[in-house]
Amino acid sequence: MWGFLKRPVVVTADINLSLVALTGMGLLSRLWRLTYPRAVVFDEVYYGQYISFYMKQIFFLDDSGPPFGHMVLALGGYLGGFDGNFLWNRIGAEYSSNVPVWSLRLLPALAGALSVPMAYQIVLELHFSHCAAMGAALLMLIENALITQSRLMLLESVLIFFNLLAVLSYLKFFNCQKHSPFSLSWWFWLTLTGVACSCAVGIKYMGVFTYVLVLGVAAVHAWHLLGDQTLSNVCVFCHLLARAVALLVIPVVLYLLFFYVHLILVFRSGPHDQIMSSAFQASLEGGLARITQGQPLEVAFGSQVTLRNVFGKPVPCWLHSHQDTYPMIYENGRGSSHQQQVTCYPFKDVNNWWIVKDPRRHQLVVSSPPRPVRHGDMVQLVHGMTTRSLNTHDVAAPLSPHSQEVSCYIDYNISMPAQNLWRLEIVNRGSDTDVWKTILSEVRFVHVNTSAVLKLSRGYHGSTVWNVEEHRYGASQEQRERERELHSPAQVDVSRNLSFMARFSELQWRMLALRSDDSEHKYSSSPLEWVTLDTNIAYWLHPRTSAQIHLLGNIVIWVSGSLALAIYALLSLWYLLRRRRNVHDLPQDAWLRWVLAGALCAGGWAVNYLPFFLMEKTLFLYHYLPALTFQILLLPVVLQHISDHLCRSQLQRSIFSALVVAWYSSACHVSNTLRPLTYGDKSLSPHELKALRWKDSWDILIRKH
Amino acid sequence: MPPATGGGLAESELRPRRGRCGPQAARAAGRDVAAEAVARSPKRPAWGSRRFEAVGWWALLALVTLLSFATRFHRLDEPPHICWDETHFGKMGSYYINRTFFFDVHPPLGKMLIGLAGYLSGYDGTFLFQKPGDKYEHHSYMGMRGFCAFLGSWLVPFAYLTVLDLSKSLSAALLTAALLTFDTGCLTLSQYILLDPILMFFIMAAMLSMVKYNSCADRPFSAPWWFWLSLTGVSLAGALGVKFVGLFIILQVGLNTIADLWYLFGDLSLSLVTVGKHLTARVLCLIVLPLALYTATFAVHFMVLSKSGPGDGFFSSAFQARLSGNNLHNASIPEHLAYGSVITVKNLRMAIGYLHSHRHLYPEGIGARQQQVTTYLHKDYNNLWIIKKHNTNSDPLDPSFPVEFVRHGDIIRLEHKECPLKKIWRWEQKETSRNLHSHYHEAPMTRKHYQVTGYGINGTGDSNDFWRIEVVNRKFGNRIKVLRSRIRFIHLVTGCVLGSSGKVLPKWGWEQLEVTCTPYLKETLNSIWNVEDHINPKLPNISLDVLQPSFPEILLESHMVMIRGNSGLKPKDNEFTSKPWHWPINYQGLRFSGVNDTDFRVYLLGNPVVWWLNLLSIALYLLSGSIIAVAMQRGARLPAEVAGLSQVLLRGGGQVLLGWTLHYFPFFLMGRVLYFHHYFPAMLFSSMLTGILWDTLLRLCAWGLASWPLARGIHVAGILSLLLGTAYSFYLFHPLAYGMVGPLAQDPQSPMAGLRWLDSWDF
Repeated sequence: MWGFLKRPVVVTADINLSLVALTGMGLLSRLWRLTYPRAVVFDEVYYGQYISFYMKQIFFLDDSGPPFGHMVLALGGYLGGFDGNFLWNRIGAEYSSNVPVWSLRLLPALAGALSVPMAYQIVLELHFSHCAAMGAALLMLIENALITQSRLMLLESVLIFFNLLAVLSYLKFFNCQKHSPFSLSWWFWLTLTGVACSCAVGIKYMGVFTYVLVLGVAAVHAWHLLGDQTLSNVCVFCHLLARAVALLVIPVVLYLLFFYVHLILVFRSGPHDQIMSSAFQASLEGGLARITQGQPLEVAFGSQVTLRNVFGKPVPCWLHSHQDTYPMIYENGRGSSHQQQVTCYPFKDVNNWWIVKDPRRHQLVVSSPPRPVRHGDMVQLVHGMTTRSLNTHDVAAPLSPHSQEVSCYIDYNISMPAQNLWRLEIVNRGSDTDVWKTILSEVRFVHVNTSAVLKLSRGYHGSTVWNVEEHRYGASQEQRERERELHSPAQVDVSRNLSFMARFSELQWRMLALRSDDSEHKYSSSPLEWVTLDTNIAYWLHPRTSAQIHLLGNIVIWVSGSLALAIYALLSLWYLLRRRRNVHDLPQDAWLRWVLAGALCAGGWAVNYLPFFLMEKTLFLYHYLPALTFQILLLPVVLQHISDHLCRSQLQRSIFSALVVAWYSSACHVSNTLRPLTYGDKSLSPHELKALRWKDSWDILIRKH
Repeated sequence: MPPATGGGLAESELRPRRGRCGPQAARAAGRDVAAEAVARSPKRPAWGSRRFEAVGWWALLALVTLLSFATRFHRLDEPPHICWDETHFGKMGSYYINRTFFFDVHPPLGKMLIGLAGYLSGYDGTFLFQKPGDKYEHHSYMGMRGFCAFLGSWLVPFAYLTVLDLSKSLSAALLTAALLTFDTGCLTLSQYILLDPILMFFIMAAMLSMVKYNSCADRPFSAPWWFWLSLTGVSLAGALGVKFVGLFIILQVGLNTIADLWYLFGDLSLSLVTVGKHLTARVLCLIVLPLALYTATFAVHFMVLSKSGPGDGFFSSAFQARLSGNNLHNASIPEHLAYGSVITVKNLRMAIGYLHSHRHLYPEGIGARQQQVTTYLHKDYNNLWIIKKHNTNSDPLDPSFPVEFVRHGDIIRLEHKECPLKKIWRWEQKETSRNLHSHYHEAPMTRKHYQVTGYGINGTGDSNDFWRIEVVNRKFGNRIKVLRSRIRFIHLVTGCVLGSSGKVLPKWGWEQLEVTCTPYLKETLNSIWNVEDHINPKLPNISLDVLQPSFPEILLESHMVMIRGNSGLKPKDNEFTSKPWHWPINYQGLRFSGVNDTDFRVYLLGNPVVWWLNLLSIALYLLSGSIIAVAMQRGARLPAEVAGLSQVLLRGGGQVLLGWTLHYFPFFLMGRVLYFHHYFPAMLFSSMLTGILWDTLLRLCAWGLASWPLARGIHVAGILSLLLGTAYSFYLFHPLAYGMVGPLAQDPQSPMAGLRWLDSWDF
């Protein structure tokens, strides 16, 4: 029992010094002079505004990705004590002293630095040699585009970090699978795979590509597991269940969690409110909530309401009427009823108020106790300011002649009786006796005489559904008094709680449905230009000197990466065909290694690159960086394979190694030459800049003096 | 239990890719039925069964075909007016008869066949096909409709034979045939002058011949093998020649062929020479032959359409020189551009058109209120511009001045030539000729570009009217050639380049395309132009025959124009468009004819019973398929009977499921406007899957309950009830296809009121 006292306490630690060295070098290259330039660089202007929103806890909507990425950046701001007071309006603007530039840029830089040792580990876990692994890490270390991208307040490096983490932890898990399934480390790596995947997806939707890759590889491995008849059915079932939980359930839960935290953090109303539904807006502090607070929940006969179209496209608008009438004859010769116009108006206005009237009574005030309106009740809608009631009849509508015109009825005494009875249908009712509720109920007005439905034209099914946004119990029977009442805003206090799932699904839906107009950008590029690095992006230019930062890759690495990919594809095809004819060039374990490395690295490149050909949004060079990292992982794999299996003699092997060393030093040289454009620390002369413009399509800024 | 079934299926398991050819396979399947017949009436003498089964086989096929023809040709002549897209395809048929050139986003074969059918049936091409609802009156339209219905009728027997070959089961084939015969959607789509019946005919023909040649695999290089292989190629060419959707069936045949070759390559008993022969045969029949046929249809297309027509403007200047009646045909114009020339300027990007301006101003709030400049696809007097020196306004055509050529790098002004015709009837305001002008206002659609307007009075404007003319890839000082020089106009003050964004302007711009001045100097075709018409009396003319493009050039160009046209079919803002996920659930149909209750209404909507059964079957298939696959992967030992049936399910069913996937999912990725009828090729595959699935499941059921005396009855009863169910639903829904008059279904009094199962159906 006391045995441990008899022996000395010994801690044995295996420290892989190369790993430590790589991490150190990674940190050095990414963190060196991190606060320089102390100015807004390129997309920082875009992410910065969201960080400010987080700091001020104001709600915003961004269609570029789920909130986790913005939250990571905002965490940097929080750690640095940023108060959010900075106007993000111009690239190149000098940061004021309250902006903690170092801590804002720290997290992306750390992610970029840690990608270097992770590349080392991934190649090692693929069972390639220590040299190959070092090669991969060193390539990551000197790749200029990766350095630039991770030294700024941008998300790509974080995305790459989680992509690599997902692949690495899957590989660790897969290697555990062979000797110790269901062990602690097995569970750890499996769970970490799921977590990393969902983080990647949470940063940018692009992360889905890597997630799909990992899922695909996992599915193939699971299928093999299924075919393993040495395992019992129960055991196989447990394996599958564990994978399903870790790779499907955990990511979904985490993804929801990101939104949950996001909605907790940004609870104040802000400039993007308008896009959301009334219910959502009411759940934010300030804004609509301030107006709608204290409204009676149940709409009663005599209530004064504004009716907002739920569909909200192209702009949210409210049912509206005003003194003007439809023209007697339209331009194309059709006639109208010449009654008062009814429109949908996208601005708040006193003419948006309607009074819900009981057709059997004359009064326009809420009786006490209020008689709530229920699903299926017959109502009239009386326009508050003109006291005319909403009417429709068999007259062609002004713009959609197939539909009936909607007007506020004016009695011209021409044997056209009022048809102003509407039946209320609550679309999202729980039961048939539901009460019409403010904000929450989505209702439809069915015309009693013609069973037509009140609809906003141009839209589709959603456009027949309305909800009450502002609501109060009318108290004035007199018209004058009522007008005054309508003009004055009503205020009382109750909160409306929308469940998290409802808020999440609405937010997610709007994010996906939001279409920013496809804007052309000076530095946008097409996917074909990426592979050969025919394009660059000028990120920043010093206001006085010609020091500048560019997103520009190390062309030696890019070209040899693509070359390695082509070699991999051709060799694989060759091996496959030969194996089909029963010629086995590679021993089985080498073949399996080759296939797994290809599936993850070449596959990773393909899933992160090819989908861009189908996308219609504006694309930039930095979209290629995740694919590039997978290409960099593939490079040493192919090199080692050539040296191990295709070089036949020791002499060939030595020559090949010499070539590789020469090639790597040329990559280092290129990296060093481009360094001024990567860090932007040195102002070059126009002549030197011209000398760096190796391709005509590169846009390097040269000041004219 | 008839031994024939199990035996036949087990055999197909042992030699998975070896079926039997045509009649043998049929007989094998027939044997099954005959065996059933024998089982039911044991007194029938055995020696007669063989002949009986052959007769029965042909009789069933004849019955299926007859029923299909009868339903398709029933009331074909109604309604005697233009329905839906007949207005396009009928019109295009007429163009072939009149030999006028037109442009369409689809390849020409379908319309050519329609034109041919019309021509043979005595239609003279004089009907205008202006808009849906126009009466045909005395024009003969039945030939064209009959032709489409004829091709559409073959879908059912083709599907029947395909399923028969895949499942070796008559009942599965019958079920498929019934689903398709009694589907109101397929029926409606086959009854009008449309491309879809032609397209689906070729798709199904390709599928059938592919399945047939697969089952000939045990006798390679025999006559039937060659026949089916080359027939596959011919059908593929036909499918692609009608619509680009044909690419999906090409993909399917391609995948099948690759799998086939992979299997052959792995067969070590075959020498590499034999494998090479197989490869060559497939390359010949499935690549070379279809390509040749496809090109041939284009050759015929260009040969037949030799007259200038409404499609000219979509094509390049050189292309137009081929068309008689076009002003470039046999034309001779001055070769080099000189000051004072009257020119038209055409954008080099396909389907953008000519630089155009008209007397309308940009509306309030959109840039400066000056005259609009657009691009216009058609020839028009408003496309004419005069090229002038930037600093003088004297008339360069004055004979006392020497001719001065425009050179690369010159600074010029483009003055809009007023339209001589419009002066007569536009009296409100005196016409003035404006200069092409640009300034720092954002363009109407592309916010980051500058607006281009017409500005100035009678040629007097300001320095914003000056443009530098540059020839791409030429040296400074060179002259500018008509048609052949690729030129750019660079705005002197802002440094931007004149271009067209290709976006359609809203109504105020007459839906012409936007012209902008782009500050991004990247060289794209949008900002490169060429001079097309060129009038200058002071210069000698040269003939344009040197420009005649070769056939490959024409072919390439027409494809570029078609692809651009296709991707240009974007849904307009806020317009309701059909989404691919609507289709399989039969969410909403298409109005073919009639709106009001007094009209003769035809509504394209699938028979909901059939479609929802199809939907259920896909889910069931995925479920049962994965159960079987997992069981096999776990190494479960299946009885021979079950193994045979699961082979049918996995292989035959997999084949058609692949077809459904390939014909459905790509639509999710398409940016163009989509319509409900795009789903119908996929629906054919889905119906075949339903046939195979239910037959197999019922057989499995019957096998599982074999101890129960009525087990066999389950299969027969199941199939029968499915057949009768679809027939009855067709009886209910047939007015959708054959036309209905009377109150709309929303009206409770309408006879269709009870059939409006979804709110989104508006018939």
